[in-house]
Amino acid sequence: MYKIAVLGDRDSIYGFAALGLDTYPVDDQETGAATLKRLADSEYAVIYVTESLQNLLMTEIDKYRTLRLPAIIPIPGVSGNTGRGVKALKKMVEQAVGSDIIFNNEN
Amino acid sequence: MASTHVNPTRMELTKLKKKLKTAVRGHKLLKDKRDELMRQFLELIRETKELRAKVEKGIQDANKNFVLARAGMEDEAMNVALMAPRQEVSLKSGVKNVMSVEIPTFEYQTRTPDANDIYCYGYAFTSSDLDTAVKSLADVLPEMLRLAEIEKSCQLMASEIEKTRRRVNALEHVMIPDMQTKIKYIVMKLDENERSSQIRLMKVKDMMLEEAHHYKERMMNEAVSS
Repeated sequence: MYKIAVLGDRDSIYGFAALGLDTYPVDDQETGAATLKRLADSEYAVIYVTESLQNLLMTEIDKYRTLRLPAIIPIPGVSGNTGRGVKALKKMVEQAVGSDIIFNNEN
Repeated sequence: MASTHVNPTRMELTKLKKKLKTAVRGHKLLKDKRDELMRQFLELIRETKELRAKVEKGIQDANKNFVLARAGMEDEAMNVALMAPRQEVSLKSGVKNVMSVEIPTFEYQTRTPDANDIYCYGYAFTSSDLDTAVKSLADVLPEMLRLAEIEKSCQLMASEIEKTRRRVNALEHVMIPDMQTKIKYIVMKLDENERSSQIRLMKVKDMMLEEAHHYKERMMNEAVSS
């Protein structure tokens, strides 16, 4: 049985606690990286990370790209949508196809 | 482009021919794999794109509601209200095999089947904004989980496609032409050897006949006597 975690600044994630997800408020990179590693090594299959925190943890998150579990998914935080999630999708298309053929008609 | 030296022997030739056959077959299979993966990937990434837009909008709306709720309540009351969640979500993870890429499937279960169990507080000390906020977040949760599933699948498939594409290209542009030139080289060399040995035999035959019958001497004698 797996669980779901939400990682990010406290203001963005405390609502998820009500739904039964485990929330881990972190602010800086160091604790973020440590927490992420701890969560990924334990029984969490899905880890939602706020976009602002994801920005800080790029290298750490990249490590889990090719593993089947956990799935690390960026979500917008309370400070607004930075478009980072869509950018990640764009990167995937570029990696697979060689050039971006899905998002190129936007922006 | 035979970069390394090959022995022009029949054994080497048979070996190379077998290798080439395998390479061509592998190339075809890998190409098929790449095409199928690409098709599925594009389908999936389109769905992901739509779902992500939806989820991002949902979460942002929920965040707005939470900000409103916080504005209307004291911080402490808020913390207390959300301190002990009544609901718990657990995941069951399965594996789906798409063209030898193992992608995860998630099935989620909530501890209590009642959808209203997300309100983990008595309503006495909280504002109604909090109810709306929690509800709006609960509404996007199924979509968030689906997003996690397909976005991870996309990630895994993308790296697999990249790998397969490289392999296909390496086979198509390096391995197969290289082997073809090597085979051609050996065939030419063997033919050449055969011709030269044939010539040598003819020459030896001539010499042996000469030794046996002394044609030259006879010819000279005939010339003198005439």
